[in-house]
Amino acid sequence: MQELVNIFVKSIFVDNMIFAYFLGMCSYLAVSKTVKTAVGLGAAVIFVLGITVPINYLLEVYVLKEGALAWLDPSFAELDLSFLSFIMFIAVIASIVQLVEMIVEKFAPALYGALGIFLPLIAVNCSILGGALFMQDRQYPNIAEATSFAIGSGVGWFLAIVAIAAIREKIKYSNVPAPLRGLGITFIITGLMGIAFMSFMGIEL
Amino acid sequence: MKALEKLMQSIKPKEDAKFPLAYWVWDGMYTFMFVPGHVTHKGTHVRDAIDLKRTMFTVIIALIPALLFGMWNVGNQHYIALGQEAELMDKFIFGLIKVLPLVVVSYGVGLGIEFIFAAINRHPIQEGFLVSGMLIPLTMPVEVPLWMLAVATAFAVVIGKEVFGGTGMNILNPALTARAFLFFAYPTKMSGTTVWVDTTTDQGQQVVDSFTGATALGDLATTTGSAVGVNTDVMGMFADGGVYSMFNSFMGWIPGSVGETSVVACLIGAAILLITGIGSWRIMASMTVGGLVMGYIFNAFAVNDFMTISPVHQLLLGGFMFGMVFMATDPVSAAQTNMGKIIYGFFAGFFAIMIRVFNPAYPEGVMMAILFMNVMAPMIDHYVVQANINKRLKRVKVAA
Repeated sequence: MQELVNIFVKSIFVDNMIFAYFLGMCSYLAVSKTVKTAVGLGAAVIFVLGITVPINYLLEVYVLKEGALAWLDPSFAELDLSFLSFIMFIAVIASIVQLVEMIVEKFAPALYGALGIFLPLIAVNCSILGGALFMQDRQYPNIAEATSFAIGSGVGWFLAIVAIAAIREKIKYSNVPAPLRGLGITFIITGLMGIAFMSFMGIEL
Repeated sequence: MKALEKLMQSIKPKEDAKFPLAYWVWDGMYTFMFVPGHVTHKGTHVRDAIDLKRTMFTVIIALIPALLFGMWNVGNQHYIALGQEAELMDKFIFGLIKVLPLVVVSYGVGLGIEFIFAAINRHPIQEGFLVSGMLIPLTMPVEVPLWMLAVATAFAVVIGKEVFGGTGMNILNPALTARAFLFFAYPTKMSGTTVWVDTTTDQGQQVVDSFTGATALGDLATTTGSAVGVNTDVMGMFADGGVYSMFNSFMGWIPGSVGETSVVACLIGAAILLITGIGSWRIMASMTVGGLVMGYIFNAFAVNDFMTISPVHQLLLGGFMFGMVFMATDPVSAAQTNMGKIIYGFFAGFFAIMIRVFNPAYPEGVMMAILFMNVMAPMIDHYVVQANINKRLKRVKVAA
């Protein structure tokens, strides 16, 4: 249990998707103009990460890893399908997002309305694939830890995009020099936020 | 005074002249010396002459005890390191010679950049740098090379402030931005055991090899790897009668950044800020509470010696008081709403102690904690305002 909490906190602050790995920057920069949309996208990222990473984890353990197919037939024990992981993970993410979108639209129209366009946008968010690949790389021993990592990363991403959206709302009336308005100042803010987040780098939990 | 004003008026350059800098430099000087005389005739009335320049000046006055004490302490630590006896004035003058160049470089570089930006952007010279220029040298180790100080100041003013449109628009505290920049760019000059005390003798040799001048927190950070009770030599320094005893850290007779060591000087500054209403008591109070809460949590777990330090002692060590009084209360980068200030201060104190203990690489957690909360402040404000809107909407609905 303590391990789960550690992984969760660590992936929010120490291994923050945005400030430690700069993943998912495109939607982070594009959809952070107002807090409201940022919250929508952030919630969608938590949601999709929380679903796709455990599924990819099962895929990794039972299909892709070296010797993972041994449960099917002992003669497959030598088989290593990990060269397929990129294409498999992307296929899983894209199809899961489609499925989730349809299910949510059918059974929870209110949530669908809230997530709106963000759900399909998520399919191309690098932090989702990044989540799957980090999960593979770090070799979590069980699905609970992988899920904890996924939700934590999502919450970290959520925190980052909501924080920058609030800052961008605040500086809307600032006298930013003309060449820097818009994306330029956003990059600078992101860099400064990265400095602030460096306080957590290197913390071992 | 009258004659001076006449002289100033007589040399007033035209605003749209060939050199716009001349007018804005004149304007800056003029408003600096004379109280603005603008009075409104209807609507909101200007009730007194306090403006940004006077606000900033109050903070400078509040910083003077810390500055003077810092100068004395630089000399004090120097003579202790050399093992020599010295008079009060000797120590003070030694510190003055060491600290004054830092202040001059910080003001020179910072104000130079401000003047250039004022001329390019054609706006009045902004006085925000008056305080930052004093805070930057006070947060530095005394041995920091002057060119590094200049680079950090330039970074803080340009990237930390001017790209956002100048004073009042920045999201991070410029003084802390300068310190964080140096901390990550040149860590060897900003931490460790050799930068806090000047050990050069009169002949210019670094003869004091055996002397280690770590800060209290630097010493404590070495204890985090082992269990309670192992590091008796380090912990002995924190007991009564030790180098970093509660009394010594309260008075500030310990190595550290120039202005941060003395809690007394910071408290005098805090009193000035609170009486004049310039600093926010909400932030100071809630940050103290946040630090104490984290301190007690660590006391309760106490898996290494660092965690057994008493919470009050934690607050006295390092830059906690200095950061709380002068950095966290920065009206621009802190949270703006009253409720937001309380939340902001609490987490700043909470994270400051947490980073200090958990992250041995950054024993000085206060700087990072305040920067982190600067980043989070707009979000806190947004939700405080939103909560208020929702509360009022509910009231309307009930009435309707």
